[in-house]
Amino acid sequence: MEIGISHYLILSGILFSIGFAGVLRRKNLLMLFFATEIMLNAVNVAFAAIGNYYGDLSGQMFAFFIIAVAASEVAVGLGLLILLYKKYGSLDLEVISSMKG
Amino acid sequence: MEDLGYLVYIALFAPFVGSMFAGLLFGNAPRTHLTGIVASALIFVTFVSSVMLAMHVAEHGAVHVTMMDWISAGDLTIPFGFLVDEVSVTMMVVVSLVSTIVHIYATGYMNHDKSYNRFFSYLSAFVFSMMILVMSDNFAGLFIGWEGVGVCSWLLVGFWYHKADRPFEENPSISPSWAANEAFIMNRIADLGMLVGIFLIYWNVGSLQYDVVFDALPNLADGILVAIAIALFIGAMGKSAQFPLHTWLTDAMEGPTPVSALIHAATMVTAGVFLVIRANPLFSLDAVSGVSMFIAILGTFVAFYAASMALIARDIKRIVALSTLSQLGYMFAAAGLGAYWIALFHLAAHAFFKALLFLGAGNVMHAMDDELDIFKMGGLKNAMRASYIYMGIASVALAGLPFFTGFWSKDAIIETAFNEGTFIIWGMLVITAGMTAFYSFRQVFFSFHGEKRYEALGFHPHDMYKYVLVAMAPLAVLAFGFGYFMDEYKEFITRNLPAYEMSHHTHSIAWILGGLVLIVAFAGVFFAYKKYAGKGADAWQRDEKFEQSFIYKLLENQYYVPKFYDQFIVQPYTIASAKFWEFDKKVVDGSVDLIAKIFYVSGDVSRGMQNGNLSSYLNWMGVGALLLVLGAVMTAFIG
Amino acid sequence: MYEVVAFYVFAVSTTILFLITAMSKNVLYAMSALAAGMVMISGFFFLLGADFLGVVQLIVYVGAVMALYAFAMMFFDATKDIKEKHSNPAMVFLLGGLMAVLFVVMFSAPIIGDNVQALYPYAVDEFGHAVKNAEHVGMVLFTKYLVPFEVAAVMLLVAMIAGIILAGKKMDYSLTECEATDEELHKEIKKEEA
Repeated sequence: MEIGISHYLILSGILFSIGFAGVLRRKNLLMLFFATEIMLNAVNVAFAAIGNYYGDLSGQMFAFFIIAVAASEVAVGLGLLILLYKKYGSLDLEVISSMKG
Repeated sequence: MEDLGYLVYIALFAPFVGSMFAGLLFGNAPRTHLTGIVASALIFVTFVSSVMLAMHVAEHGAVHVTMMDWISAGDLTIPFGFLVDEVSVTMMVVVSLVSTIVHIYATGYMNHDKSYNRFFSYLSAFVFSMMILVMSDNFAGLFIGWEGVGVCSWLLVGFWYHKADRPFEENPSISPSWAANEAFIMNRIADLGMLVGIFLIYWNVGSLQYDVVFDALPNLADGILVAIAIALFIGAMGKSAQFPLHTWLTDAMEGPTPVSALIHAATMVTAGVFLVIRANPLFSLDAVSGVSMFIAILGTFVAFYAASMALIARDIKRIVALSTLSQLGYMFAAAGLGAYWIALFHLAAHAFFKALLFLGAGNVMHAMDDELDIFKMGGLKNAMRASYIYMGIASVALAGLPFFTGFWSKDAIIETAFNEGTFIIWGMLVITAGMTAFYSFRQVFFSFHGEKRYEALGFHPHDMYKYVLVAMAPLAVLAFGFGYFMDEYKEFITRNLPAYEMSHHTHSIAWILGGLVLIVAFAGVFFAYKKYAGKGADAWQRDEKFEQSFIYKLLENQYYVPKFYDQFIVQPYTIASAKFWEFDKKVVDGSVDLIAKIFYVSGDVSRGMQNGNLSSYLNWMGVGALLLVLGAVMTAFIG
Repeated sequence: MYEVVAFYVFAVSTTILFLITAMSKNVLYAMSALAAGMVMISGFFFLLGADFLGVVQLIVYVGAVMALYAFAMMFFDATKDIKEKHSNPAMVFLLGGLMAVLFVVMFSAPIIGDNVQALYPYAVDEFGHAVKNAEHVGMVLFTKYLVPFEVAAVMLLVAMIAGIILAGKKMDYSLTECEATDEELHKEIKKEEA
């Protein structure tokens, strides 16, 4: 069976959903970030696949920039996470709900 | 006649000015005699202008002024217009004279009352409404005055509104506010009939002006005429307390005595008679003769019915109120039989002596610290000479004894009944005349003759202030002498009203008929004297056994009519009202509240979204994203 | 043939590893699974002929980002199992499942669609052979995607500085301005720690 674009896209969809479910499920902020990474990777796969299918390089470039952005996002996010941990002493979402109401 | 328009406006608006003066300036101030003096003076101004207008009308005929257009909508034009003709000027003079005297009386009677200013405001407002009623030249203005006197009557009967409700056995009128409500509601029921009549008139004639309507009457269908007559008479029944809308009159005695004297003797209750007299072109048509006969029969029945209840009444004001009811029956009998001018004459005469009677009763009550029960009075004639004389004069006039006014006016009505061939009515009126004499003198003898029962109970009676007694004098003079002017009055009034004459046959036996009535009246007085005026060994004793008899109980409970109304009308209606109130609260209010509640609840529920928990925010984000994606897919597939 | 096998191998392993990341209670396991999953993702890129992208994925994602995560994890207590309170697990799976279905539906659109045109088609060099991927990326990156490239560079710089400031100690104290000696600096640091 020939691997067509639909395979890649379905796979990307599945991975994205796994990441999405993880985002919804996780109560620990660090694990939440992990799930976000999963989502980003899935989208990268999708871009690359579509780019390949149409013979267009744009897909790969987009994925490239997504990687760059994700990296910087992790840097800043983890810095904030550390500060948050210093303030609250815990990374549990249930505990860090000071914006209630 | 335009230059006399100013007299009309003075006569009309002087009481209004007095009412506003007392109400607006002194409404909340402590009582001050100035209000009473100003109000009385303004009513006297009304009286003077009414007399001047009367003299003018006697010489030159009616005065018709139109103040301004009130309603002018398409085909419907109703102006504020005033017609002063013989009929209305009679009413104006009577009303203003009695009102002046009552106002002066009230300055003395209400001297110790806290709400003195409020009283004069209401009283003058009443006179203003009555003037509108009497002077108006169209049915709409009449109705405005009608409603105005109804409202003022409610205000005045319920003047002592803070008195608490008492049970029916203790006080059949329960309380002033209850009596006021009863009066107003009963009048309202009757007003519905009147409004239907006015609508019918407008619908068929296209105008509400008296002259236009009366000219157009002969052209209308019989059925319509009968319907209008019945509807207008229903209105008159309420105002003049004819059966079955009569119970409010005796209960209205809860108001202060000047109110009873003015409203429930001389003016408001005669408005119904005035309406019938005013609409005489309608009631004298052949097509409506059935209704007129019904009016006469009902009037006779009420006369008898009220007199029977007065035979054993103990409350002094109730006796006088029942006698008013009885005399109203006489007036309606006369009007129903076609003798309109005789009815109007009796109306005027009755106003004078009835007001005098009420004011005298007020004097007695004032002397006895507001005690109403005649069983507790007796032998007051030495302590209260002037009031004794006044009440004596008034009672003689009421009983129809010779030389006094009542003799001429009442006899004319009884003669009319004979003249028309309605012998049953005649017979009942004669018997009622005897009963009238009996109960009115019963009351006089109970209060002023016999043993001094009040001494044992610790009362120290003294007569009213001198100036009040002097003010009551004109009424006494009129109660005595008004009857002598009957022929001149007939001459005057029949320019407007149909000239009812006794037939030749009746004329010849007039003295026999008159003599018969006199015998009956004197018999009544004699019986009363024998029973109640004795002293010492002849003194009256309470007959406990008689008070337990069926006939006594029947009369005492007013033929159980009030109980019947309460049981079968008031209570079911109250229950129904309570149910409707529940419905209103739960359904009507509830649905409005529901809308507000929906917003509240949805807000409260949505508040749960903002709980500061990142995970739940992400959940909601997911839901939103899902919806967007779903929308995109949908549009992609559809579009 | 090899492609098919490779695809399915990579697909299955990626799915399993990412499942572990999303579901595991242990931070360490989750992180390790994430790193491994990313390696497998790069495999996909190689399969698709995006060599440069695959290498970048390995170096940046697996090498740098996961290292960063590992260091961050050291701040927190990793031996403890994370006890998570799940109020509504069914909702989560439902949403995830629906999302998956919708995405699948959505992504089948290009298969059906006909109107897609390539913006930057694979170039052909002067000899008529297809250009190698890295060369191609270089050509496009520095000509057509130059501005995003520079902006991304600036953004990375800013992110780096931000990360240092957020995570560092005593970042409001300026060495050069105060001209403090080493001892004073150490004293300040000790005071802050105490």
